[in-house]
Amino acid sequence: MASIKEQFEIPGKLKTWAYALIGIGGVALLVGMFTKGFSNDEHEQVHFWGTLMYNTIFWTLVTNAAMFFLCFSTMAQAAWMQSFRRIAEAISTLVPVFGAITFAVLMYVVLGNKHHIYHWLDAAAVAKDPVLKGKAGFLNPTFFIIWTTLAIGLWSYFGYRMRQISREADENPMDLATATKFNIRSMTRSGFFLVWFGLTVASTIPWLWLMSIDAHWYSTMYSWYTFASSFVAGMALIALWVIYVKNKGYLELTNQEHIHDIAKFMFAFSIFWTYLWFSQYMLIWYANIPEETVYFKHRVQGAYKPIFFLNLVINFLAPLIILMKRSAKRNFTLVAFMAVLILFGHWIDFYQMVMGSLMKEHVTLGWLDFGILGFFVGVLILMVARSLASKPLIVKNHPFLKESIIHQV
Amino acid sequence: MAQKKFVVGCFDDEKVLFPAVKQVRTAGYKIQDVYTPFPVHGLDHALGMRETSLHTAGFIYGITGTTTAISAISWIFTKDWPLNIGGKPHFALPAWIPIIFELTVLFAAVGMVMTFMWLCQMAPGVKKHHFHKRATDDLFVMVIECNEKTNAEDLKALLASNGAVETDIQVAEDGWWFGTYDTENDNLYKQVAH
Repeated sequence: MASIKEQFEIPGKLKTWAYALIGIGGVALLVGMFTKGFSNDEHEQVHFWGTLMYNTIFWTLVTNAAMFFLCFSTMAQAAWMQSFRRIAEAISTLVPVFGAITFAVLMYVVLGNKHHIYHWLDAAAVAKDPVLKGKAGFLNPTFFIIWTTLAIGLWSYFGYRMRQISREADENPMDLATATKFNIRSMTRSGFFLVWFGLTVASTIPWLWLMSIDAHWYSTMYSWYTFASSFVAGMALIALWVIYVKNKGYLELTNQEHIHDIAKFMFAFSIFWTYLWFSQYMLIWYANIPEETVYFKHRVQGAYKPIFFLNLVINFLAPLIILMKRSAKRNFTLVAFMAVLILFGHWIDFYQMVMGSLMKEHVTLGWLDFGILGFFVGVLILMVARSLASKPLIVKNHPFLKESIIHQV
Repeated sequence: MAQKKFVVGCFDDEKVLFPAVKQVRTAGYKIQDVYTPFPVHGLDHALGMRETSLHTAGFIYGITGTTTAISAISWIFTKDWPLNIGGKPHFALPAWIPIIFELTVLFAAVGMVMTFMWLCQMAPGVKKHHFHKRATDDLFVMVIECNEKTNAEDLKALLASNGAVETDIQVAEDGWWFGTYDTENDNLYKQVAH
């Protein structure tokens, strides 16, 4: 394996792009913050903080999905992803960064008592409202702050521990006893992450961060829906980075067999997402109870109708039709294109989940949304590239690496 | 239902089998099939087999199921016997989607199983010639069909020189048939004397 290029060097063009995006996005973010975020008009405030919220929550969950991917693969003792696991690890290093931004934004909203975003923050309204009173044990600032801190902190910590143990496989070749022990330790560490992930991303965190915007409404599908959305976007992000780094002449051991399996995840979880999208919609449509249909009223019949159905076209029809064929999943160009489309589609999904409830009257998609998106993408590009350059690209003494090299679908 | 002449070579190691497949194909023989006790990765590529069309068939069956479901339900509920169910419109698409989905899966699954059995020539009560009993146990059995130009003895020698642990020539039924095996012949095939 002498010809393997282990050291990633950040291409100058990538840096330029990243800085340009951070610059333009940063300007949009600051302009938005001072003209809207700190204005006296409640609408403008809600517009800005809502936009920032869905962006930062989206990217936190998407980068966290990369660590989730590593952890469940480790738990299943999967070998095929070992040849590119450093890509997923590099993406997951963004969890503390985006997590910190999310934390700051949410703290501003909760401590600043922005009850136009979270209605349950309004103590006077809660006191008069039997529904909100009933939920107050869960929906209250104290619990929100503690649970948010724990969630972001432990995702970052367990993720860090996972990346640390993978660094051990860089050093020395392992004999059977060491490799067995290494494997069991990896599985234990991924277990901690997975349990915490289940208690947060797959249940409580979407309730707290997103669903509580519609404080009266609830859906038992909501967390899975959010998880599916962020996970499929996370797989798309991994695919995009793997293809980019491979096109730059690295990752010699990763080939179309691996891309095929990543694309299968993108395909399968697009359909899983649709399953939840539809189940959530159909049960509410069928029961037709006003307390429940309130969520869909302005999405299916109001201003958000085009976005709501565009969402379904991008995130269901396009992956279903385009990624169905085996040859499409093995085609780097097509997978890269679909990865961008899926990322955009689920970003739009998060947009309508948050802004569809905050700005019911009109669609606000505009310069602010794309500016903030640009900022986050810029940070993501720069920091993932830096993280990739700081470690070898191949975990060369990992016990499962051989199996990944000969992986065949 | 045609009797054909085959040359059969048995291998006991994958590492020997793969170069042998290559040698036999380079020598210009067309390998009919290699029967193995378990799936061998890469063997289909080594044999030069084309990709299966089973998934295309599955897609067509699925689409057929979707169409059947949509047309049947929409005809029943809007034309044939419209009912007011919970005040929903007669054309209540969301309520039908689960059924449309189920019928798609049912058609695709049943259709693909049947196609698979047809392609592999397997079905209850249907028999097929076994070239070697140990193909289900520990031997890789390579079968080459002879044409009028094939020198069977040369081919046998070629197989043996490439590591076949057992070689023979069989005249056997090519396809599948209803009925029983020839119970008088314990070996399930007739050895041809030369």
